[in-house]
Amino acid sequence: MIREPLIFEISAKGKQAFRLPKLDVPAKAGLLEGLPVRDGIPGFPQVSEVETVRHFTRLSQQNYCVDLGFYPLGSCTMKYNPKINERVAALPGFVESHPLAPAELVQGNLEVLKLVEDALCEIAGMDAFTVQPSAGAQGELTGMMLIHACHEAAGRPRKIVLIPDSAHGTNPSSAHLCGYSVQEIKSNENGTIDLEDLARRMTEDVAALMVTNPNTLGVFEYDICKIAEIVHAKGGFLYMDGANMNALTGVCRPGDMGVDVIHINLHKTFSTPHGGGGPGSGPVGVRKIFEPFLPVPRVERKGGAFVLRFDRPQSIGRVRSFYGNFLVIIKALAYILSLGPEGLRELAETAVLNANYIRKSLDKDYHLKYATPTLHECVFSDKYQKENGVSNLDIAKRLIDLGVHPPTMSFPLIVHGALMIEPTETESRRDLDMFIEAMKQIAREAKDNPEVLKSAPHDSYVRRLDETAAARNPIVKWEKGK
Amino acid sequence: MSYIALSDQDKKEMLARIGVSSVDELFGCLPDEIKLKRKLNLREALTEPELLRRFEELSAKNSYVDHLSFLGAGIYRHFIPTVVDSLSSRGEFLTPYTPYQPEISQGTLQVIFEYQTLICQLTGMDVSNASLYDGAMAAAEAVLMANRLNGRPKVLVARSLHPQYRETIRTYVKNLGVRIEEIAFGDCGGIQTEDLLKHLDKNTSAVLVQSPNFFGAVEELKKFCDLAHQHQALFIVAVAEAASLGVLEAPGQIGADIVCGEAQSFGLAPSFGGPHLGFMACKKEHLRQLPGRIGGQTKDVDGRRGFVLTLSTREQHIRREKATSNICTNQAWCALRATMFLETLGQDGLREWAVQNIQKADYALGRLTAVTGIKARFTGPVFNEFVLEFSRDVQAVEAGLRAKGIVGGLGLKGFYPELAPCALFCVTEVHTKAEIDRLAVALEEVLR
Repeated sequence: MIREPLIFEISAKGKQAFRLPKLDVPAKAGLLEGLPVRDGIPGFPQVSEVETVRHFTRLSQQNYCVDLGFYPLGSCTMKYNPKINERVAALPGFVESHPLAPAELVQGNLEVLKLVEDALCEIAGMDAFTVQPSAGAQGELTGMMLIHACHEAAGRPRKIVLIPDSAHGTNPSSAHLCGYSVQEIKSNENGTIDLEDLARRMTEDVAALMVTNPNTLGVFEYDICKIAEIVHAKGGFLYMDGANMNALTGVCRPGDMGVDVIHINLHKTFSTPHGGGGPGSGPVGVRKIFEPFLPVPRVERKGGAFVLRFDRPQSIGRVRSFYGNFLVIIKALAYILSLGPEGLRELAETAVLNANYIRKSLDKDYHLKYATPTLHECVFSDKYQKENGVSNLDIAKRLIDLGVHPPTMSFPLIVHGALMIEPTETESRRDLDMFIEAMKQIAREAKDNPEVLKSAPHDSYVRRLDETAAARNPIVKWEKGK
Repeated sequence: MSYIALSDQDKKEMLARIGVSSVDELFGCLPDEIKLKRKLNLREALTEPELLRRFEELSAKNSYVDHLSFLGAGIYRHFIPTVVDSLSSRGEFLTPYTPYQPEISQGTLQVIFEYQTLICQLTGMDVSNASLYDGAMAAAEAVLMANRLNGRPKVLVARSLHPQYRETIRTYVKNLGVRIEEIAFGDCGGIQTEDLLKHLDKNTSAVLVQSPNFFGAVEELKKFCDLAHQHQALFIVAVAEAASLGVLEAPGQIGADIVCGEAQSFGLAPSFGGPHLGFMACKKEHLRQLPGRIGGQTKDVDGRRGFVLTLSTREQHIRREKATSNICTNQAWCALRATMFLETLGQDGLREWAVQNIQKADYALGRLTAVTGIKARFTGPVFNEFVLEFSRDVQAVEAGLRAKGIVGGLGLKGFYPELAPCALFCVTEVHTKAEIDRLAVALEEVLR
C-alpha cells in the first residue's frame, strides 16, 4: 500500500499545476511598492497537476463513506445522498449568483428559500422558518436568542435553561453562549424526562426547556404534551432539538406537540452530504409570536415577485453573512421534492423499521439499558462484553475490520459504554444483515477470542492511534525539518 | 422518487422478526392525539427528470448570471481550477461524517492537517482550527475568544469591517456583556489613529481590524497592532478577501494575536452566499481557547504517522456548557476545496494570482476615475476593490448599467449612510481588460 506523504513533502521548487492567462492590462511598475508586501511563503507547496490528483485520490481511498457502505452513527443520520441533488445544486444560476445581486436578478434563489421555508413549516407544523443558521448548533443558538428576545420584549428576561441529561453537548453549550445558565433534568427509568423533576425545576426564572424528541436513546417523549403544559404554565418555552426528525416526518409534527421553537438539521433528515464534517444547515422554525425576532433578512412575496426585507426592528440580527448555506438548502429542497408527502412518511416509517429490526436482531447479544420502545435508533451498551474485558471501543474498532463503520460511541452519557445505532431509511436488507452478522460475530469473539477485539483494527491504513499523545503534545501543522 | 432499498418481502420478513404486524405498531409509543391524520400538504413526488427540469427553471430565473458583474463586498468571483471540482466531488470526500474513527478517516484527517498548515503559512500564525461557518461567524468567535483570554468587557471594531460581520458580532455578544465600539475611518479608507486612541483603554479586550477592509483599502495593521498591545489589548485581523494573503504581508508578521476571516476565494463559487469557509488562526499560547475542530498528528500502535481530531476537551461534546464554542458540524468539505485550490495554485501561482488582482483593480480604478462624474472616494492603496463616488444618484447609475447588461458596484447607502453617493467595485483576475473597458464606456454613457 502506498503511504501518501503530506503535499509539503513532495513539493519541489518551480512546479506548478495551474497557470493564469498573461496579465492583459498594462502592468504598472512599482504598484506593489505602495503596499506591505510579503517575500513568498516559506514551505508553501509546489506540485504538478498529476501529483495533486494522485495525492487527493489516494487520500480519498483512506476514507470510509456512505457511498461505500453502512454508516450507523446514532443521531447523525448518515443516509444515502442522492447524486441528482448534487447536480441540481451545481446549476450555474445558483452557483454563480452573488448574494448581494439586486433581488430582481436572483428571483430563482429567493423562490428556493421561500419554497424550503414553506415546506419545512408544513413538515414541522410551525408558522415560520429561517434557513440562515449554518448547522444544528447555530440553529440552537439562534433558537435560544429568539427565546431570549421574546422574554426580553415582554419585559421579563429569564436566566435558566433546562436540559435533560441525555442531551447532545451542543444543547448546553448553545444555551450558555446565549448567556443562560444550564440546569440538568434527570432521566427516569424509561430514559425519558422525569416529570416530577421537571415540575420542581420549572420556575419563572426558567426561559425554556430544550428537549430532543425522540431523544438520544431513540425514545419518544410520550408525555410531550404534558411537558409543554408544565413549561408553558410557568411562562417558559419549549425548544425542540430536531436532530432526530428522521423518525417523525409525515407521522407527527412538533408544532402539534406544543413546541415553540425547533431547529432541523438538513444534513441529517434531508440527506445533504456531510462532507467529512460539514457544511450543514440548521433551519429554525417558530410559532407566530417569535416571527418578529427572526434573523434578517426575511424573504417575502410581494405581488408576483420575491423581496428581501431588512426593516425588522425586533430582529435578533444576523447569525452569519447572507442567507445561509444556500447550496445545502437546495439539496434539501431537492430531497423533499423527490419524496413528496408519501415519500416523507415512508422515510420515517422505514427508518423506524430498520432500527427496530437491528434492535430485535441484536438484543440477545448486546445489553439494552432501557427496555422502552424506540423509534429510529437504538442504544446498546458493552455491559455483557465488559465481562470479558471488551469495551465499546474494542467493538467499534473490530467493526472496521469487518467492513462497516462503527456506531456512535460513549453517547448518550446516561448509558455507560454506549453503542448508538441509527440505520436510516436508505439501507438495504443486505447491508442491515451484514451489520447484524458482524455484531454477532463480535459478540462471539468477545467470549472466545477477546484479544482479536482488543487489538483491532488489524487491516486498516493505520491502526489504533495514540490520541492521548496527540493532545498532550499537539502537532497541528507540518513544519520543515520536524 | 424514493430512496428506500427494501422490497415488500423484506419489509414483511423484518416486521415478522420484530414481532409486529405493521409499521404503525412501531409508532405505538406516540400518543394518538398528536399523530398526523392526513397527508402532508406538499406537492406530489417528482422523478429525476422532473426534478432536474424544476431546478433548471428556478436556476434560469437568476438572470444575474447573464450580466457582467463587478460585485465583491465579501464574496469574490475567481477562477476555480477543474481539479478542484473533479476531486472534491468524489464520494469518499463528499459522503463521510466528521472523522470520529480515525483509522478509516485518514483522507479527511490528513487534508485537515494540510489545510491547517496552509492557513498558518498564509496568515503567519502558529496554529489554525479546521474551519468555522463563514467569515462573519469567525469574526464573532474571535471576539468571544479574546474576551475569554483577558476577561475585558470592550471590543473595538473598525467601522471599515464588513457590515455583516459587525452585525453578526453584535448578535453573538448581545447577551454576554461584551460591549462593541466602532472606530471611524478616514479619507484614506482605513481607520483613524486618533479615533482608535480615543477608545483604547484598560477595559479594551481587543481591537478588530479588517484588511483589506470592506472598501478594499489595505489598513496600517502594524501601527494599530502596536497601539493595541501598548494597552495590553489583543489584536485581531479579519480577512474577507483571502486572495490578498498571497502577496500582502502576513498578519502574524506584524504581531496579530488572532487572524480570522472568509476563505471563499479559495476554490468556492459565490453560491448566493454559502456554503463558504470561515477560518481562524492564533498564537500557539492561545491554542486551548481556539474554537472548533483541530486536527493533530500522532502515531499508531505500529509507530506509523497518522492524524486524529485532537484537543477535544475544549469542545461541546466533552465540556458541554463550558466549551470554547458550541460548533459541531463545521465546513470541512469547503476546507477540503480550499486545500485543493491552494495546492493546485502553489507558491508561484498564488502570488501571480494575487498580483493580477492588484494590477487589474488598479487599471480599473484608473480607467473609471478618468470618467467625468466619477472620483475615487478614498486615497489609500487597495487590493481588488475600491469605492467610487458619483456625481449622479447611485441608483440611477446602477439602473443605467443594468440596461446595458452590467451589474456595477454595490451602492453603499444602505450600509453606510455617510457614503450615499458611493459604490464599491470589485475587479479580480477573471475580469478581462475588454470587460473593464466595457464598464468604463458604459459609465461614460450613463453619466453623460
